[in-house]
Amino acid sequence: MGEQQYEIDLGNLMAFDPHHHFPSLPSSREELVKECLQKGTKLVQAVADALFNLPSSEDRDGPIVTLPPPTTRLPREKPLPKKTPPTKWELFAKKKGIVQRKKDKLVYDEQTGTWKRRHGYDRVNDDKDVPIIEAKLTDEPGEDPFAKRRAEKKQRVEKQEKHRLQNLKQAAKVGALPSHIQLAATALPITGTQAAPRKASKNELANVAGMAATSTASGGKFDRKLAGEKPPKHEGKYRKYLPVVEGSGMGSLEKQQTEKVLSKLISKNSHDILNVEKAVNMYNVKKDKKRRNQQGKSTSSTFGKLKPQKKPYKKTSSKGSPYKGKSK
Amino acid sequence: MSQIKTPQKGRVRRVIQKRAPKLVENGKKTLILHGTRTSDVLNAVLSEIYHLKKDDSVKYSRRNDNIRPFESGGETSLEYFSLKTDCSLFVFGSHTKKRPNNLVMGRTYDHHIYDLVELGVENFKSMKSFSYDRKLAPQIGSKPFIAFIGEGFESVEELKHLKEVLLDLFRGEVVSNLNIAGLDRVYVCMALSSNKVFFTHCALRLKKSGTVVPRMELVEVGPSMDLLVRRHRLPDESLRKETMKKAPELIQKKVKNVSQDAIQGKVGRIYIPDQQVGEKTLPNKAKGVKRERREAKMKVEAKRQKQDSTIPSDP
Repeated sequence: MGEQQYEIDLGNLMAFDPHHHFPSLPSSREELVKECLQKGTKLVQAVADALFNLPSSEDRDGPIVTLPPPTTRLPREKPLPKKTPPTKWELFAKKKGIVQRKKDKLVYDEQTGTWKRRHGYDRVNDDKDVPIIEAKLTDEPGEDPFAKRRAEKKQRVEKQEKHRLQNLKQAAKVGALPSHIQLAATALPITGTQAAPRKASKNELANVAGMAATSTASGGKFDRKLAGEKPPKHEGKYRKYLPVVEGSGMGSLEKQQTEKVLSKLISKNSHDILNVEKAVNMYNVKKDKKRRNQQGKSTSSTFGKLKPQKKPYKKTSSKGSPYKGKSK
Repeated sequence: MSQIKTPQKGRVRRVIQKRAPKLVENGKKTLILHGTRTSDVLNAVLSEIYHLKKDDSVKYSRRNDNIRPFESGGETSLEYFSLKTDCSLFVFGSHTKKRPNNLVMGRTYDHHIYDLVELGVENFKSMKSFSYDRKLAPQIGSKPFIAFIGEGFESVEELKHLKEVLLDLFRGEVVSNLNIAGLDRVYVCMALSSNKVFFTHCALRLKKSGTVVPRMELVEVGPSMDLLVRRHRLPDESLRKETMKKAPELIQKKVKNVSQDAIQGKVGRIYIPDQQVGEKTLPNKAKGVKRERREAKMKVEAKRQKQDSTIPSDP
């Protein structure tokens, strides 16, 4: 038994012996288990041979090897994530070549002379920390500069929120919304993996409403109409009934129509309904065969009397052939 | 503007983000369930499978009346549980007169049933019935060896399918770095006939062999059982294709002209166009090679030749 015979998947630590088969099943359970363990040991040894020869790095807990990726392909458990489309800012930054830099979390605050957080509580350059704003000449009297600043800040936040929503909507269109976000709050829980059901479109709703409206016995004729409800669209053709009475113009139309149908039907079978030549030929051949058979029978059974009687028939059949020529 | 709904708590958001589809996926979790009725044997089988996979499985202890994985409409609540627990493997045990000791193993894709294998359990031997040195007992969550023996796993379709499911169920998490000293368990599956498989779980004893590779010794620690394949359902071909898709981001492009050498390390090869040394003029021109002089010389020569040719033609 060479080790080449085993299929080894080092990434899964799996070995497979596709050549083993029992000539006859072991009679007792113990023997079976014993053989199984023996084979199993061989396979595990084969995997270990490959595994222990991989380059390893020593760790406190033991030697650590880098496993190759599994070769046996197994299915994913969830679909591949979709790529979120770039936000407007990202597009702009790319166009302008703006690269994001890492910023320190702590910034030196010159007002207080200490290191403070860049964002969040007790942050640097916080508007709240400024107790006095110097008046300028351009200031309108009666306006609170603090309130003005707060309002401006609020506006900026709202603007950013609007942009965020816009970007999320774009992502939702592609189906690449981050899993923890749900647009247009629904009663469904956020599951993290499954996309929220799509909103029904206006067309779909109209279709369903139309179906419901026409599904009464009268086809919705006597139902109370809702405000703004349109009559259901008639689908298909209207049948035209033409006057039966003959005349000129419209009167002849009905005749024309039926004639058209009739001629179509007739033209379908317009090929020779009866091929006289063929029919006669067939008839003759059949007769001939029949007679021959009977002749054979008669000779065997010595039915001599019928022989002369048959001959006149033959004559008639030979007469038939000139007739055939006539038909041509 | 309240059109965005996000989880109120950061913890919830983090949990949800963990469950989101990823390029490199987390290990598959297993859901273990009971059907309407389960026998003692099945109860033991389910709890011992849970014991083997304690680190990445969820076990439900209640009976489930409305789960019939093979029937249409019988998978609804199973798929719901799969979504709820974020499990994509399940082991479902049920015991009926028609199918005694029935074990349904299956996988889900996007929380919908992907494939199913129905197994009958026979000759079950519990972990408790094995006696061995307790020091050898495998650790929870250790990466197992898996051995499949028998040509049936290649030739018979049902067993081939079973092999894939068992591998998915027991292989544990896919890792890139592995501590060799921590290897301590082996699953052995042996095809006995075209529909019967002997499954057992062994501990591993590493013995010194004098070389780098230690000598392996298997000690059966259980559970062990015969699995009889009853029904199975393969995945839809188009679905299979979809699940086997590789992320284009993860496929490594072949790097041209760069190779690794054991001694030299990274070795690159670059293209140098033909230098055409002969045609290049030298920077330091000798007087005689200068262009003006060369041209003047050529002119003079041409003139002389003309004269030479005209003189004899005249007479």
